[in-house]
Amino acid sequence: MIRIGIDVGGTNTDAVVMDGSTVIAGVKAATTADVMTGVVNALKDVLAASGMAASAVDVVMIGTTHFTNAVVQRRDLAQTAAVRLGLPATASLPPMVDWPEDLKQAIGGTWYLAHGGNEFDGRVISPLNEEELLGIAADIKAKGINTVAISSVFSPVTSDFEKQAGEIFAKALPGAHITLSSEIGRIGLLERENAAIMNACLRDLSAHVIAAFRAAITEAGIKGKFFLTQNDGTLMDAAFAEKFPVLTFASGPTNSMRGAAFLSGVKDAIVVDIGGTTSDVGSLHKGFPRQATVAVEVGGVRTNFRMPDVFSIGLGGGSHVVETRDGIKVGPTSVGYRIITEALIFGGDTLTTSDIVVASGRYELGDKSKVAHLPADLLARTQVKIMQMLEDCVERSRLSPDPLPVIVVGGGSILVDGPIGGLEVIKPNHFAVANAVGAAIAQVSGEVDRVYALAEISRDAALADAKQRATDAAVAAGARADSIEIVDVEDVPLAYLPGNATRVRVKAVGELHVA
Amino acid sequence: MKFLRTIKAEDMEDIATGGAVLGTGGGGDPYIGKLMAQQAIKRYGPVNIIDVDELADDALVVPVAMMGAPTVMTEKLPQGEELINAFRQLEQLLGKKIDAVLCGEAGGVNSTTPFVVAAMTGLPLVDGDGMGRAYPELQMVSFSMHGVSATPMVLCDDKGNSLVLDTVSNAWTERLARAATVEMGGSALLAFYSMSGAVAKKAIIRGTLTLCAEIGETLRAAKSEHRDPVAAIVDKLGAQQIFHGRIKDIDRRTVGGFARGTAKFEGVEEWRGHSFQLDFQNEFLVATRDDEILVTTPDLITVLEAESGMPVTTDALRYGLRLVALALPCNPQWQSDAGIALVGPRYFGYPVDYKSMF
Repeated sequence: MIRIGIDVGGTNTDAVVMDGSTVIAGVKAATTADVMTGVVNALKDVLAASGMAASAVDVVMIGTTHFTNAVVQRRDLAQTAAVRLGLPATASLPPMVDWPEDLKQAIGGTWYLAHGGNEFDGRVISPLNEEELLGIAADIKAKGINTVAISSVFSPVTSDFEKQAGEIFAKALPGAHITLSSEIGRIGLLERENAAIMNACLRDLSAHVIAAFRAAITEAGIKGKFFLTQNDGTLMDAAFAEKFPVLTFASGPTNSMRGAAFLSGVKDAIVVDIGGTTSDVGSLHKGFPRQATVAVEVGGVRTNFRMPDVFSIGLGGGSHVVETRDGIKVGPTSVGYRIITEALIFGGDTLTTSDIVVASGRYELGDKSKVAHLPADLLARTQVKIMQMLEDCVERSRLSPDPLPVIVVGGGSILVDGPIGGLEVIKPNHFAVANAVGAAIAQVSGEVDRVYALAEISRDAALADAKQRATDAAVAAGARADSIEIVDVEDVPLAYLPGNATRVRVKAVGELHVA
Repeated sequence: MKFLRTIKAEDMEDIATGGAVLGTGGGGDPYIGKLMAQQAIKRYGPVNIIDVDELADDALVVPVAMMGAPTVMTEKLPQGEELINAFRQLEQLLGKKIDAVLCGEAGGVNSTTPFVVAAMTGLPLVDGDGMGRAYPELQMVSFSMHGVSATPMVLCDDKGNSLVLDTVSNAWTERLARAATVEMGGSALLAFYSMSGAVAKKAIIRGTLTLCAEIGETLRAAKSEHRDPVAAIVDKLGAQQIFHGRIKDIDRRTVGGFARGTAKFEGVEEWRGHSFQLDFQNEFLVATRDDEILVTTPDLITVLEAESGMPVTTDALRYGLRLVALALPCNPQWQSDAGIALVGPRYFGYPVDYKSMF
């Protein structure tokens, strides 16, 4: 199978061509404002570099931070109405109660509370009121809003009310984008609702961006299917991704870590991804990124996505190097993508980490004569400082005293020289495009998060049911049925509830099925 | 009246963090309670905290709390009027104006719930509570040891139902209220343990809301100054760091509606080569190191994330987490025979005697 992996970042668009498990070629191109041109350029370059015909490509996988950046920068977000079903419960904390004011304003801050919702055991809090919902729909229409996020209390247990409300709104607001919280999140109403609202406000943008990806792939002459990668390093097909752009939020660090594991062949390691401005450090366990345990905020909004536990510091290939009274200071400011005009080696007048590396003779880049004047003492002290910064964050990500290797990837990997804190450093081939590789090797997953009453069924039966549901979800998402593995099972008894209520989460992962 | 502190909406962050530390793994995530308190303070004004000695002996003081499954409260958020309804109905029943609000449980979500009522009524909030930590049952408060009855108690749900209880003992109140809470959908809000100023001066565990605020401030300051948050907390609380390690095994089961379990750790750094075990029932109750029992309830066992210093609940324990366990002395009231009978290890079914390292 010939696959192309693409990583569309804020600065660079990287692409790789892979034949089975071999990387044939990898390239970097600049990300463009219209997204599409950058992807077209990367596709053309990587096909040329690999000598592969466009018609030979079976599948294209794209990882992108575009949607995360849109939320973080509060741009291209649609006006959105949040509708919550649960009255009389939940009125104390309306939708978006804990959002940063500027983000709330960016999407209009419109919310409604309506009757509906379920108790933990499925009992109805109050019946759905169609008239009430039609009134809300009329108000939404009058406001000129075309995007709706619907949440309902305990919808991960029973999603009927959300579905019914979704149908009512779809009829009353033809052509509206509707997101149901039960399709996205897990238990925890505010966090799940937040994810649904963020997803809804990205729907206009996702239609535009997915169309741009599709057009770029078509223009490159590729006929194969295309997919996007999601937070957990697995795939969703383009139509699904268009409906659920929020699921791409943490795909950047996930792809670079998965790519690092793949390229190095090491499954347990610390991964350091050094870009132009920052280094992201995380740890790999059995080839998958270790997940964060605390609630993760995106653009200042609390979510309960499972995201990799990544620690970032301001150290990259474009970081400023400044001599201060307290010694050498590296970063956190950076020339970023302007490195190609502002760094000394490119004829600029800003001293950056890349200049130091070139002056030390450890890497060929730009014009070496422009940094020949840097004193040896400055070079040595800066290198010590860089290695110290890396050692600190590697230590933070270490889970055990065992001597795990450190895999270094990303364009800024040239900064690393020798072991970090006594740990072996692996710089795999194609290190600069590890996240595009991570996208190319992504698998397909399905997940469930449900509450079972173990007084009614046995724990084994509950787990079996959850595993079956996760497997079905993975197959529905495009996994080959015979390749599915259950990779995560967690059951937590819920305190103070009768019937041994237990919350079960299961994730199934499988290889992509290519017809 | 002299105020110890005036709590504005942004100050609730620190109180919620401190409440989670005193939650000793249970008591529920204070997040929802914090948001409710912030909403109430923004709408009705800040909350004034007073020392209990500011109260007249004949003043009337009433604690409020949330009862039920914290997980339910993160999904079925309160309607918003439950607490104030319970409070006002109890006031009517008592036929006397309430002078101050009290915290029932300073650990977990209930560190924040009394702020909602204090903001809505404009009444002062007394600096103290009935536990100095979190415990799973309603009778497990210092008030019980001073002969204060939990009833008359008013329990309110999101639908507007309210229930008045008049019982023969606080243990019976727990039993009946627990059943009602389940019928109400797994979480309910209540006002109970009304007492006079004179009784409150003896019966409460003093200073615990200020302590919550100070714990939160300590963690926040350590983080912003890039100091070790765990060391900062140890200094602040006079705590003993009893272990630093990774979880290597968790066993959970539900017995009688309570989540019970055991977490086993393997040591890292200074504790490398040592073993450690925490037994929990919502809260951490018994800590064992190298097969020797080190500390038990009622002393506090709290668990922090090694790097961030943020408190970890028993629900959030997962294989591989790197954590630091701390022991803190309990309030001396709990060390009495009556206290040990209420909340000692044997009450929770552990065949061991109370063991302290302080």
